[in-house]
Amino acid sequence: MTGHTTAGAAAMCAQVVAVVAGAPLLTGLMRQVRARMEGRAGAGVRQPWRDLRKLLRKEPITPTGTGPAFRVAPALLVATTAVVAALMPLASTATPATGRSDLILVVALLALGTVALALAGLDTGTAFGGMGASREMTVAALVEPTILLAVFALSLPAGSTDLAAIVSAGLRDADRLASPSGLLATAALALAVLAETGRLPVDNPTTHLELTMVHEAMVLEYAGPDLALVELGAQMRLAVLLGLLATLAAPWGIATTAAPLAVALAIALLAVKVAVLGAALAAAEVCWAKLRLFRVPELLAGSLLLALLAVTSSYFLTGA
Amino acid sequence: MESPDTATGSRTVTVTDAAELPGRFAALLRAGHRLALVAAHHDPAHGDRDRAVRVVHLFVSGPPDTRTELHVRLDPDAPELPTLARLSFPGGRFEREMRDLYGIVPRDHPLPHRLVRHFHWPRGWYPMSPDAGPPPPFAEPEGPYPFLEVEGDGVYEIPVGPVHAGLIEPGHFRFSVVGETIIKLKARLWFTHKGVEKLFEGRTPGRGLPLAERVSGDTAVGHALAYCLAVEEALDVRVSGTARRARALLLELERLHNHVADLGALCNDVGHGVLNAQAQRVREELLRLNREVTGHRLLRGGVVLGGAELRSVPRPGRLRALGEDIGSIVELALGHTTVRDRFTGTARLTTAAVRDLGCLGYVARASGLAADARLAHPLCDYGPALRVPVHSGGDVLARFLVRAEEADTSLALLEHLADGLAPGRAVAVPPEPGPAAPGPRSGVGLVEGWRGTIATRVELVPGPVLTRVKIVDPSFLNWPALPVALADTIVPDFPLANKSFNLSYAGNDL
Repeated sequence: MTGHTTAGAAAMCAQVVAVVAGAPLLTGLMRQVRARMEGRAGAGVRQPWRDLRKLLRKEPITPTGTGPAFRVAPALLVATTAVVAALMPLASTATPATGRSDLILVVALLALGTVALALAGLDTGTAFGGMGASREMTVAALVEPTILLAVFALSLPAGSTDLAAIVSAGLRDADRLASPSGLLATAALALAVLAETGRLPVDNPTTHLELTMVHEAMVLEYAGPDLALVELGAQMRLAVLLGLLATLAAPWGIATTAAPLAVALAIALLAVKVAVLGAALAAAEVCWAKLRLFRVPELLAGSLLLALLAVTSSYFLTGA
Repeated sequence: MESPDTATGSRTVTVTDAAELPGRFAALLRAGHRLALVAAHHDPAHGDRDRAVRVVHLFVSGPPDTRTELHVRLDPDAPELPTLARLSFPGGRFEREMRDLYGIVPRDHPLPHRLVRHFHWPRGWYPMSPDAGPPPPFAEPEGPYPFLEVEGDGVYEIPVGPVHAGLIEPGHFRFSVVGETIIKLKARLWFTHKGVEKLFEGRTPGRGLPLAERVSGDTAVGHALAYCLAVEEALDVRVSGTARRARALLLELERLHNHVADLGALCNDVGHGVLNAQAQRVREELLRLNREVTGHRLLRGGVVLGGAELRSVPRPGRLRALGEDIGSIVELALGHTTVRDRFTGTARLTTAAVRDLGCLGYVARASGLAADARLAHPLCDYGPALRVPVHSGGDVLARFLVRAEEADTSLALLEHLADGLAPGRAVAVPPEPGPAAPGPRSGVGLVEGWRGTIATRVELVPGPVLTRVKIVDPSFLNWPALPVALADTIVPDFPLANKSFNLSYAGNDL
């Protein structure tokens, strides 16, 4: 058993390393896709890593009057996302986390990161921090129930909220994924991911206009290594959430053992799936514009409705 | 294509005293004239006249091109005027400006706060007075100037600037907000007084031109042309019809590249970056065209005293190709539901507000007021190509539409004006400054720059040497409209609304 656990732990580590190393590349890829589609040259896929390296070399600065919430938030954001990356069966369902990777726990960990950052925004005491935190919480209040409902709909056929169980069930019975309930839940989840990661049409990640920002307004006071952590955390969240979407909607290729070769193949496949999803999202963003802030709840209410329909249809169609 | 020299209309000058001023002022406003400019002057003792502070109110209307001036002489040691703020809102702002720069007191002004005065200028120092000297170090400021606090449940303030995250000039905005809705916005500008009007004093007209070109970087032609028209009127220089056409052409080129840049920027501000990328590409092509035409990407050096200089004339085919690109950018923007939704109903400015505030340019035309100096004070014969688009919505969409249609008109005008023009320099020789004109002379230039009507008034003494240049950029009159339009708009829509006005900080704060 020891050998099995060691291999599983190695697979888990590989997942975390892949997410940490790949997240900035994913962001770089999405920016590059967008730049090319807009007719610009773009800065290259590795630019986010260069930015992180630059920021890490800078001197850390903390605004006067800020407390622990401000200082802890960047580390907490990265740590929660790393734990989520470890828990999720991104590469293998046979990791030591199997049986503990409850979806509700995953959602709660992501929410913890969001709340930590919102508290940090409030902690700065600036108008922008408070404004960003207030907007982020408005969005989060609508996004979290959507994710929970969508997940609930996906967990019904598997009879468990354990991610590994859902993925294993999906691998055994691919028809379920294409069922109305599965598709509705995936659509709801996709919309929730857009809002959660601050993409268009909910938030504009490229804006420099303080007054329109949601996520960026909260982190305006960060500088140097702290800012690097915040950015890495945001990039990891995007990677993890797209990974979650890919894992739930298209679980093929995920290893059911912890054999090194199978895990390596699974990670390569994961990278491809997430890259394709990211590129598709970036391409779609080129055609979208940012919604008026007061229309965002309408969009999110729509995704909540989709999730609700997914749950209902799941009951009807499985005859439960 | 020569036409008679009526393009610079003549002015009626009335000298009045302070007591009669409000009556005459009100009569001119009632007769439909617009207050375009108020300038103060320090007149030295001359012949049998004592030294005095003289205030000039310039009224304009048209067509037909009419300019009327009211001159008031005041006691130089304690200059005071009865306030005209209750008759005209712009009048009240000009008075506050004069008080801050000259120390002329408007009696009973309803809003006696500082306007252009920088917070740290020492008490009693007036930069435009003849003995002001070099700028003094910061000292005790002239009284406190608190922001009006909005009180009530859940009202909070968002201070923004004067240092901004983007490449924006300094301005401080104080939002009083409930939730996300703006209750009140106070814009405080005037952080970078450059003393441009003071720098003109003592220059020859030729040396004044580079300064006029640099009043606001994006309006090089507009300001240079208004200045040249004023100097030419003062010196009786007759500009040829060809040169006037060339000047009108340069003015349209300037309007076009600014409108295209802002049409893209408005799309960018709602997160639709691809249209901005395309609009900036078109703008870059226009800037390269500008360099071919004048040797400078922002068209400096095209307008010269007495005429204009073109290195080349834009080809109609090239303009039409650019026009098609601009047309498809506008069509794509308006066809996008989210973009259209963001533009519609945002930062609405009513016709009544525009009229009361005395707004100019596309801001006025998007709120139903068809004011355009190309109609009222034409440079040359524009022909049927000149259409002045007017919309009545008053929102961001209306301003977007007006600018899109103006870009179309500019393209049509460019074709019309380029027809028959040849590269080269067309400059009128200034008449010999003979004994016929011994005293001080003055002139006025009115030009429809891309932001609106620019008014420049110059005074010269024989030499010729400039004694006073007063410049009114349309931004000076349009800035107060922004807070009015933003009442009940939500905070995240402010950058979009602000961009739809796109007012100049530099032209506003000379």
